[in-house]
Amino acid sequence: MRAVDALMECLKAEGVDVVFGLPGGANLPTYDAFYDAGIRHILVRHEAGGGHAAEGYAKATGKVGVALATSGPGATNLVTPICDAMMDSVPVVFITGQVRTELLGTDGFQEADTIGITMPVVKHSFMIQHPLELPRSIHEAFHVARTGRPGPVVVDIPQDYSRADIPYEPVTDVHLPGYQPTTDGNQKQIRFAGKALANARRPVIYAGGGVISAGAAAELTELATVDRFPVTCTVNGLGAFPAPHAQWLGMLGMHGTRAANYAMDEADLIVAIGARFDDRVTGKLSEFAPRAKFIHIDIDPAEISKNVPAHIPIVGDAKNILPRLTAEYRALTPDPQRLDEWWSRIRVWQERHPLAYEESADSEIKPQYMIQALYEATGGEAIVTSDVGQHQMWTAQYYHFPAPRRWINSGGLGTMGFGLPAAMGAKAGCPEQTVICISGDGSFQMNAQELATCAQEGIAVKVFIMNNGYLGMVRQWQELFWDRRYSHVEMGRWPDFVKLAEAYGATGVRLEDKATLAEGIREALATEGPVVVDVRVTREENTYPMIPAGQPARNMVG
Amino acid sequence: MGEPATKDVLSLDELEAAGGLRTGRKHILSILVENKPGVLTRIAGLFARRGFNIDTLAVGPTDDERISRITLTLDGAVHPIDQVTKQLHKLVNVLKIRDLEPAETLARELAMFKISADGVARAEVMQICEIFRAKIIDVSKRSLIVEVTGTYDKVDAFERLVRPFGLIEMARTGEIAIARGRGET
Ligand SMILES: Cc1cc2nc3c(=O)[nH]c(=O)nc-3n(C[C@H](O)[C@H](O)[C@H](O)COP(=O)(O)OP(=O)(O)OC[C@H]3O[C@@H](n4cnc5c(N)ncnc54)[C@H](O)[C@@H]3O)c2cc1C
Ligand SMILES: Cc1ncc(C[n+]2csc(CCOP(=O)(O)OP(=O)(O)O)c2C)c(N)n1
Repeated sequence: MRAVDALMECLKAEGVDVVFGLPGGANLPTYDAFYDAGIRHILVRHEAGGGHAAEGYAKATGKVGVALATSGPGATNLVTPICDAMMDSVPVVFITGQVRTELLGTDGFQEADTIGITMPVVKHSFMIQHPLELPRSIHEAFHVARTGRPGPVVVDIPQDYSRADIPYEPVTDVHLPGYQPTTDGNQKQIRFAGKALANARRPVIYAGGGVISAGAAAELTELATVDRFPVTCTVNGLGAFPAPHAQWLGMLGMHGTRAANYAMDEADLIVAIGARFDDRVTGKLSEFAPRAKFIHIDIDPAEISKNVPAHIPIVGDAKNILPRLTAEYRALTPDPQRLDEWWSRIRVWQERHPLAYEESADSEIKPQYMIQALYEATGGEAIVTSDVGQHQMWTAQYYHFPAPRRWINSGGLGTMGFGLPAAMGAKAGCPEQTVICISGDGSFQMNAQELATCAQEGIAVKVFIMNNGYLGMVRQWQELFWDRRYSHVEMGRWPDFVKLAEAYGATGVRLEDKATLAEGIREALATEGPVVVDVRVTREENTYPMIPAGQPARNMVG
Repeated sequence: MGEPATKDVLSLDELEAAGGLRTGRKHILSILVENKPGVLTRIAGLFARRGFNIDTLAVGPTDDERISRITLTLDGAVHPIDQVTKQLHKLVNVLKIRDLEPAETLARELAMFKISADGVARAEVMQICEIFRAKIIDVSKRSLIVEVTGTYDKVDAFERLVRPFGLIEMARTGEIAIARGRGET
């Protein structure tokens, strides 16, 4: 059969039920194979949309996402999603077409060195060197994307090889001698960790996106509740621990709660689980958690002691390690009362500094209020994607995620334009669930074209644009740190999002009054098909609290 | 520190941080990689991206044609070597990495020098060559080409001595290394 037909067989063997892509010359053979392969292919309007959709699909389902593009401009349009998937450890296989091998290196039509361009931002990549290699490389690509620390893998297929006639035999094993992720945590280290926890008086669990990729949310809750360990999560970890919960401190970091950041600051022992000490979390590194010793659990050995030296490093899968740590701790039967003092200190912070904002006296919709209304209208049960900016942070603060894989955002790269296609991918993967996208008027315009895809495919995502007429987050920084010199952040009143939605075949709604907001949201959620809601909010509201960049947690403002 | 399996108290104060340390000495990494296109690019790219500075780099075949050996040296005063090796290990085509123990390692570099030397100078250069067991491989009217092998430091010393005579050109391979004894490197 043709190599591309073998490709279809491989995708089916990997359990792929939906892919996102857009055809062109170099992947015409692949698209010919899709014609009757029986795999759902969603035709996106821009390859970046397809790449983010594959990420949204992967984050919502826990399966490997797949995105396709042709050579040259198709492949370069994928660079942002590839980099995004790398930063947030999202398992996605990107399959790109390449020019015929005789044209390689000649600046042939639509030739781009896809492998070279993407090399710094992939977990691994395969340039197909022979048609016979294709099936094995595809399976290896899925294996690498899915296992260990998940991430993006690119497979680049020259057009002539994809047409080659090859004998196809199903591949049942992969053989990558240089790739053997450690999943089992070292027992001795786990015991030490148990003892350290038993001796801690001011412990904090700091959990990240790795707990969600590990599918270890239940195990995390078990560890936390074996005693009364306070828990905080990174932006990417939200949902790994159920919020609200008596032991939940809220998110930590730049826009985290004071309780979470102060607790980190005063902790004597921090248990980092699947979290990578990003600078948005640590602030000024030399003054980060100055009194704490660190237990660091991560599947990627290179994360351990990369930014903050660990005292008890444990390399492995959180799903494997957490139950063993819980058991070790339980066996030591520590005195739970030793945490009383710590909790009374934390409760004071929580009472003194709850997340708060000034409510509007008139009909104006405060952005925070908008998120609260969305939380209530969905009962906290929706899958929520976001774009990047103030709206993202307010969603992280005010939408309390009760379970993992409900919150899908671009944390590491901070990619505007992520939200809508990610929602589209999440909905394609979880058609029964309510999927909403909370976007900004700036971000939404970066991939608005995917509304057409949603309309055509009947993908009923509900987009809520927090419309402040500004590139809000940048405006906030200019206000606070650049003497209010608002340089090129004003978006004005363009476009008319209601008309835009209608032009794309979606329903458009505008909400401007606090009094009718909740009702309007409910109606939008009940409307069939894709819906875009243009919510006009306070123009110059700031996201607080905030640790100014490069400063220690103590210096939180707002 | 309390043993892990016992109930004795573990004082948090006694815990010491591991990793991220600067050793302050030169390290020779011997890296076995799959002999596939682009592998060297991946390694070079990783170093550039993470800001690791390679002092010398040598690539060549091994006894197994599917595997190449990359020997590179870097300064442990500047880089946390554990972070370098951990990042290298993440490359799927990297099979094995050894941070060679200086005391147990034989390292050699090959270098060629074109030195301007006529008259009296020529005799002096030839004397230096003799001390360093360097081979003169080409002689012309005004210059000599000399081949030296040895450790990086020896080659450096040779270079320092002949430079005053007029060093026209120099080519150095960077060190390759192998551990003493029976085990595979
Ligand atoms: C505008 C903006 C503001 C931001 N503000 C904040 C903020 O206030 N607070 C904040 O926290 N972040 C903030 N971020 C996000 C921040 O930039 C980082 O993306 C985020 O902190 C990283 O999350 P993480 O540490 O959970 O790591 P992730 O990037 O989610 O990485 C996951 C980690 O888990 C490991 N892992 C994966 N699988 C497993 C497994 N099976 N077992 C064990 N380990 C595993 C991986 O190796 C990796 O180290 C902000 C981003 C933006 C765009
Ligand atoms: C692709 C891209 N370009 C630029 C930025 C820098 N940036 C971060 S937040 C932001 C403003 C986002 O504005 P908007 O989507 O309207 O959201 P708001 O902050 O107003 O909620 C910008 C420009 C980015 N993160 N991504």
